[in-house]
Amino acid sequence: MSASIAAAQKAGQSPPRVRLGTGSARIRRLALRTLSVVLFFALWYAVTWLNRAAHWFNPLLLPPPDKVLEAGIELVRTGELQHDIAASLYRVVVGFVIASVLGVATGLLVGTWRTLEDLLDPMIELLRPIPPLAFLPMMVLWFGIGEGSKIAFIAYAAFFPVFTTTLEGIKFVDPVLLRAASSLGATRAEMFRYVIFPAALPAIITGLRLAFGLSFFVIVAAEFIAADSGLGYLINDARTFFLVSNMLLGAAVIGIIGFTFNIALRRLEHALLRWRRPARP
Amino acid sequence: MTKISIEGVSKSFNDAGPALHGVNLKLAANSFTCLLGPSGCGKSTLLNMIAGFLHPTTGRVAVDGIDVNGPGADRGVVFQEYALFPWRTAAQNVAFGPMLKRLPKPQQLETAQRYLALVGLAGHGAKYPSELSGGMKQRVAIARALANAPSVLLMDEPFGALDAQTREVLQEELLRIWQQERKTVVFVTHSISESVFLSDRVVVMATRPGAVKEVIDIPLPHPRDRSSPEFVALEKHLKRLVREEVEKLGVDT
Repeated sequence: MSASIAAAQKAGQSPPRVRLGTGSARIRRLALRTLSVVLFFALWYAVTWLNRAAHWFNPLLLPPPDKVLEAGIELVRTGELQHDIAASLYRVVVGFVIASVLGVATGLLVGTWRTLEDLLDPMIELLRPIPPLAFLPMMVLWFGIGEGSKIAFIAYAAFFPVFTTTLEGIKFVDPVLLRAASSLGATRAEMFRYVIFPAALPAIITGLRLAFGLSFFVIVAAEFIAADSGLGYLINDARTFFLVSNMLLGAAVIGIIGFTFNIALRRLEHALLRWRRPARP
Repeated sequence: MTKISIEGVSKSFNDAGPALHGVNLKLAANSFTCLLGPSGCGKSTLLNMIAGFLHPTTGRVAVDGIDVNGPGADRGVVFQEYALFPWRTAAQNVAFGPMLKRLPKPQQLETAQRYLALVGLAGHGAKYPSELSGGMKQRVAIARALANAPSVLLMDEPFGALDAQTREVLQEELLRIWQQERKTVVFVTHSISESVFLSDRVVVMATRPGAVKEVIDIPLPHPRDRSSPEFVALEKHLKRLVREEVEKLGVDT
């Protein structure tokens, strides 16, 4: 019996994520992962320090980490950084929410209604391979240089991963589960609510995570082109005045925000998909 | 009294010849029938037509005199792959039928607990399928089918994926449950010993095309002793019948 339990555990799929394990092994891995971050900054610092002595390149091109931090403190003091973070986050969140609602709804409809699939899928597949950035100048023409163009751009770019994963999730629902539900007396609507949707949920959440990452990816580009606020604007503005520290700071802040949001989304996924957690022996 | 009647049923899938040809069977209420045969004899196809997942190409399948027109709550199905909803706990899986019938929540829960206890899983209700062994999963699946109070229980090689020991335990448990909750059971298997141990009647299926080869009554009283001479003699007889069909399939199987 214990062998079959082990097999069942192996079969119970867990989402690909870093597992730190338990006890001393866990502490060891945690230490290594912290060391990795420390090493990164140490290396960065070492290069700038050595460069000051050896003059491989103009030291202005790569300021040391403390200079970047200094620039950050200065920008917080003037209030610019908070303002830019808020501006970018607002665009990302609004655009992402629009993309999620449209993507999930379209994916569910297309996945359950064959006619709609034949009608819409080729159209979407035709647009999907075009990098969203190709449409950015047009979006600026259509929606102006205000918030509209940026939000529309993010919504457009983030729509595709949500739609595609939702559709895949729906299509690959195990048919034996549908049979089981129908033999228990489920109607079509009940089947959708109690079987198809929960079965597709892991794929949908993966799509949402991808879409959120992509939203950050494209907002910076959008803010390069036409904006007077936001982290992309901060970087581009710093370029004009050759403030390399500010440019690096903008990039670092984007990294930290993305990292934080990804952790939050994983937590949410973990809570929503409790059943995917494999049994602990 | 006839519960399930199968009259002149044939089934063809688009590509090859007929999967089933000219099947006539009458299954009495509260009987236990095994459909026995090698893979490709159409035994699962026949079961799926009773379940309503497939429609016969010709002929008719009727339960209680009414033509089967699709799946329904009057016919519970237990699948070899368990088919538990992985996002629902064991209790929530068992309560699925009562939930669809819009029973009040406490009653759903009470039904789930009762049937989990019936299959020997009291206290495991809060576990997710991924936390259960194969044998436990199939117990949950049986409880889920029974909790819906069907009059017919259709089982498609339910113990096929289990190890030999678990398999025998579950066979005994199934008989105990069947004696407690009288149902008309149709049980698909390719295990000769399983069919003799469980059923009142064994329907031996022929291959190419799938058809009924012979219907054999098992008159032995329960509990059955797998090593008794009568048991062994019936096994031998069935083995010979099945062997003929396997040989007909040739070496390509």
